[in-house]
Amino acid sequence: MAARRSTDEMRDRVVLGEFGVRNVHTTDFPGNYPGYDDAWDQRRFEEAFRVDVIREEEDTLEFDMVGIDAAIANAFRRILLAEVPTMAVEKVFVYNNTSIVQDEILAHRLGLIPIRADPRLFEYRNQGDQEGTEIDTLQFQLKIKCKRNPQAAKESSDPDELYFNHKVYSKHMTWVPLGNQTDLFPDADFRPVHDDILIALLRPGQEIDVLMHCVKGIGKDHAKFSPVATASYRLLPDITLLQPIEDEAAETLQKCFSPGVIEIQNVNGKKVARVANARLDTFSREVFRHEGLKNLVRLARVRNHYIFTVESTGILPPDVLVSEAIKILMGKCQRFLNELDSVPME
Amino acid sequence: MAGTGSGAGTGTALETVQADGTEGSCVTFVLHDEDHTLGNSLRYMVMKNPDVEFCGYCITHPSESKINFRIQTRGALPAVEPFRKGLNDLMGVCQHVLNTFERSVKEFRAQKEEEMQ
Repeated sequence: MAARRSTDEMRDRVVLGEFGVRNVHTTDFPGNYPGYDDAWDQRRFEEAFRVDVIREEEDTLEFDMVGIDAAIANAFRRILLAEVPTMAVEKVFVYNNTSIVQDEILAHRLGLIPIRADPRLFEYRNQGDQEGTEIDTLQFQLKIKCKRNPQAAKESSDPDELYFNHKVYSKHMTWVPLGNQTDLFPDADFRPVHDDILIALLRPGQEIDVLMHCVKGIGKDHAKFSPVATASYRLLPDITLLQPIEDEAAETLQKCFSPGVIEIQNVNGKKVARVANARLDTFSREVFRHEGLKNLVRLARVRNHYIFTVESTGILPPDVLVSEAIKILMGKCQRFLNELDSVPME
Repeated sequence: MAGTGSGAGTGTALETVQADGTEGSCVTFVLHDEDHTLGNSLRYMVMKNPDVEFCGYCITHPSESKINFRIQTRGALPAVEPFRKGLNDLMGVCQHVLNTFERSVKEFRAQKEEEMQ
């Protein structure tokens, strides 16, 4: 019985010891454990797999994926960061830049501005194509000149009062339709996601006149194309009390974990500690610093329960991003299946 | 001596390398433009196949985006079979994850609507 329990622990928990982490790698492959059938079974996977959405805000999505392996969850995370395409400024044609921000710095900043344009409506630009066509390029213009305000008070030193247009914001970028884009996208409103991104500062007489071409790209090429502020996951914590912990020890135990994880109940007049919500814990391992408590608690993580947090930059809603990421992984598999079928393998 | 098989045409994504005299039961696939994203997930799916004796992948050099994906099978099964099965299984997993995820998001939003009313 104990042997069975310890193999179960080896199979589904990652244990955090005082000085190291045990059972890190997935070991449930066919042949590793006698008595377990670990061959891939789609039906068994489908029965055990579930997705629970915990929290959805405008640009953030927190959801749980239960019953999947690290390799695949990590693949989704990597694709969200680096392979879901977006539109971003790639080429900046500088007609006039008399500001103190150098051309290349200005171009770099413009590239990092997230552009609200659904990348699925556009194609990738062909390699070697310098001008771009209307199906793969979005054109923006930034034309702004700083002037002195003649009505300003004599002694004022507030730049907002003294000058017009001294701060160049992303709201000053305007979309210039190419070719038949007005017909292709009649209701479209292509603009930066945020209006209040400060691009440059000007003083009277300085002006910026640039034309920008946005193309479709992926985060692997340049981080400006990444659609997520970040996408990360953590495994569900699993805290087990190996022995009942009471009174003062219970109070100390409660302070060792994040608030809400351990609750103290009154049982027969004694204070007894109980794990209320292990999910809230951030595993600071404070409990290992207390000699009396460190052997009474087992800190572990559930190996196949992933708590994903996806924060979008605002270009696409986070649930669309996750769906696109899954489709991209399918596309990769399909590409190799097509290769296998098109080439006769001996 | 190694025999190389590759597709006709330029820029194929998949090549195979196998030693003579092994009858196709141990093959190294060279996958171009791939990295740990597909490599590790495909390795997991192929390892779940009981006919596979060995499966591993490596990135030959970090400056080149290609992986060597090796499969050795028990018996005389050609290594292409577990490779194909792994790809199909991975597609099946993704399809199911996509359906489950979209359904969960829809249910979550419907539940929020009900709570608002």
